[in-house]
Amino acid sequence: MKRRTFLGGTVAASTVVAAPAVVSAQAAWPNRPVQVIVPWGAGGGTDYHARTMATLLEREFRNPFTVVQRTGGSGVVGHSAIAEAAPDGYTIGTVTVEIGMMHWAGLTKLTVADYAPISLLNLIPAGVQVAANSPWRTLKDMVDAVRANPGRHKSSGTGQGGIWHLAIAGLLNSMQIRPDAAPWVPSEGAASGLQDLVAGGVDIVPCAIAEASTLLRAGRVRSLAVMTASRVPAFPDVPTVKEAVGSDWTCESFLSLMAPKGTPADVVARLDAAVKKIMEGPEWKQAMDARGFGVNYMGAGQLQAFATRSNEAFGGVMRALGIART
Amino acid sequence: MIDGVFWTALALVFEPQTLMVGLAAAMFGLFVGAVPGLSATMAVALLIPVTFFMPPVPALVAVVMTTAMAIFAGDIPSVLLRIPGTPASAAYTDDAFAMTKRGQGELAMGICLVTSAIGGLFGAVVLVLLAPILADFAIRFSSFEYFWLVLLGLTCAVFVCHGNMIKGTVSLLLGLFIATIGLDPLAGFPRFTFEVRDLYSGLPFIATMVGMFAVSEILRTVTALGQPLEVVKHQFGNVFAGVWRVLRRYHWNMWRGNAIGTAIGILPGAGADIAAWISYSVGKRFSRTPETFGKGSEEGLVDAGAANNAAVAGAWVPALVFGIPGDSVTAIVIGMLFLKGLQPGPMIFDNSPVETTALFIAFFVANLALLPIGWLAIKASGYTLSIPRAYLMPIILLFCMVGSFAVNNDPFAILVMLVMGVVAFLMMENDIPIAPAILGMVLGDQLEKTFLTSLMKVDGEVSRLIERPIAAWLAAITVIIWAMMLWSAWRQWRAAKTRA
Repeated sequence: MKRRTFLGGTVAASTVVAAPAVVSAQAAWPNRPVQVIVPWGAGGGTDYHARTMATLLEREFRNPFTVVQRTGGSGVVGHSAIAEAAPDGYTIGTVTVEIGMMHWAGLTKLTVADYAPISLLNLIPAGVQVAANSPWRTLKDMVDAVRANPGRHKSSGTGQGGIWHLAIAGLLNSMQIRPDAAPWVPSEGAASGLQDLVAGGVDIVPCAIAEASTLLRAGRVRSLAVMTASRVPAFPDVPTVKEAVGSDWTCESFLSLMAPKGTPADVVARLDAAVKKIMEGPEWKQAMDARGFGVNYMGAGQLQAFATRSNEAFGGVMRALGIART
Repeated sequence: MIDGVFWTALALVFEPQTLMVGLAAAMFGLFVGAVPGLSATMAVALLIPVTFFMPPVPALVAVVMTTAMAIFAGDIPSVLLRIPGTPASAAYTDDAFAMTKRGQGELAMGICLVTSAIGGLFGAVVLVLLAPILADFAIRFSSFEYFWLVLLGLTCAVFVCHGNMIKGTVSLLLGLFIATIGLDPLAGFPRFTFEVRDLYSGLPFIATMVGMFAVSEILRTVTALGQPLEVVKHQFGNVFAGVWRVLRRYHWNMWRGNAIGTAIGILPGAGADIAAWISYSVGKRFSRTPETFGKGSEEGLVDAGAANNAAVAGAWVPALVFGIPGDSVTAIVIGMLFLKGLQPGPMIFDNSPVETTALFIAFFVANLALLPIGWLAIKASGYTLSIPRAYLMPIILLFCMVGSFAVNNDPFAILVMLVMGVVAFLMMENDIPIAPAILGMVLGDQLEKTFLTSLMKVDGEVSRLIERPIAAWLAAITVIIWAMMLWSAWRQWRAAKTRA
């Protein structure tokens, strides 16, 4: 008796759901957990943004947003996983600046055109860090030393051809110095690069200034400049590259929320609106302040244009460095 | 030391809600640790989203409880089934299981439990007393020092080989080969990838380890199902009986294991698994009865068991003081610290005195709680042995598949696990030991990376690899050990020749 009632109920329910399936699936979004794919390791900057945002989105939509790590292959694995997921609004992910770099290096064919941008999560300005006991007090000291002895002073902070490698190469290039005059020593990330800086293994770590904030506060490293047009509010004493040496070079990493191409436009719009609301709120600000990150929002359209520009700029630097393969 | 801050922190840790969180985390850690394929790192990664909703102290207690329990629980399936629950137990799995076969299962469990608790407490004391000083020393290690250290560790691999030296070397070389698969760590050039994208990040470590230890063991059981069980069948009696005798006899091994474990934990990038390997090999090198290692040596269990839990606390030293992770668990924890408003840095002890004191207390509570909770877990796990293996093995295989998949949500890892299981099964059938291959995998990657980055820094001049004082010392020790090995080999060869 019981079983029959149960079966009858199921059949009735499924007929109701099946008839207007196409319409209701979209109208009802989200009605099951949304996966947020992160191409970089747990505990890092990208992961930090993704997890904070996922928690706040969860509250906004009253629906689980699950952060899932898909690391490896210099970011190719995770970025591919986002692009290749079903475009049903239940898989989104954090697409980072590397999307405009990996394809130049021949690592993947993916570009920003393979995604449906939702919103920018942050801009991460590069800084120029040296050890506390370094003889260089200003960026000019450093640039002069590199110019006088090309190849002698080593730099590190990410993999070969990674974002921070391009940051220093582009800076040197803009000062009419060979872009490889401060040879790059690949590392697993900014944290291990900074540790090597303190240990005296390398001389320059041009990573995000926020990534260096712990060691900056501990007095172990010094930031000589930030690669932005104006000073970074969290680090008001650090001059811009323009102020320090007169170069117009800027370099900012970005991380953004994107969905697979073909994701319904109304889902993207609802996510974008929610992200905008969250980023205007006090919790996001507080979480960003804690690690020295700024708050930078861009909507879907603006992000698309920005990511495309970033793609062109890095393609140029990579060709100058001779590491572009396509 | 004991002032208002201490009592506030103590009260926070012993709040009923925090204790409940701690207990739940302990259960979770025990489960994850005991299931082959689920590691302590994964346990913490799964825990992070939950800690989002907690105040700082319960969140810290949860992480500390989970890791302490998971690293110990990894020993349970080692003893019962010869399958390490986490990579940190891999070094002494053979010894633990050999003891079970001899009918000394409870003694093996007891040694693992008590040395884990003491190791954890030792690491915690070092963390409390010396964190800033030690972090300051460890942060001075550059790729040069690591290169020599890894080379020293690889030299130890020779001591891990039981029995036939040539077969051990074959296994080690296989491990080193596996470590070269994927994009090369410096230039990103693909090696042995055959254009398969899944291979770009190399063979997934957890899946490979699970395959080589667990799947191979399952295959062995399946091929021997018709024969009577080789395991001595009984429930566990008094786990603590005899442990005191063993610890008194090998107390020197235990302290040495604690010290090695803590030191390796503090060094950024190396954690409980490497600590256990190194301590085990050092133990074998200095043992009066090295031939028993791998065949149920109580001494080997003490050496390695004391090291892996000590490394857990050690890893927090650079994480707290410089925001630089000491192992894969603290790499995740650092993100959580920031989120909870605890800024890692030398000032963390001054800026967040209550939270850091609570963290220290949590370490002591967790390792003391390990004794009763671990004892219960051992009691409960004893029943596993009475389950017919024909039912048990498929369940374990299922867990292994889930674990391998869950590391990176990657179905390819399951394939790797199965293939490596068959490879390891063939190795075991031909008496090729598996342990050196795992060590080769762990260290091969590090060796290549540190050697090449060091060479890049000195523009390819090999002689400059000993330019820095600590590096020079480590190099000297390595060379002396090599010379000693060559010397003893030469003496043996001469002795054999004179006899002939």
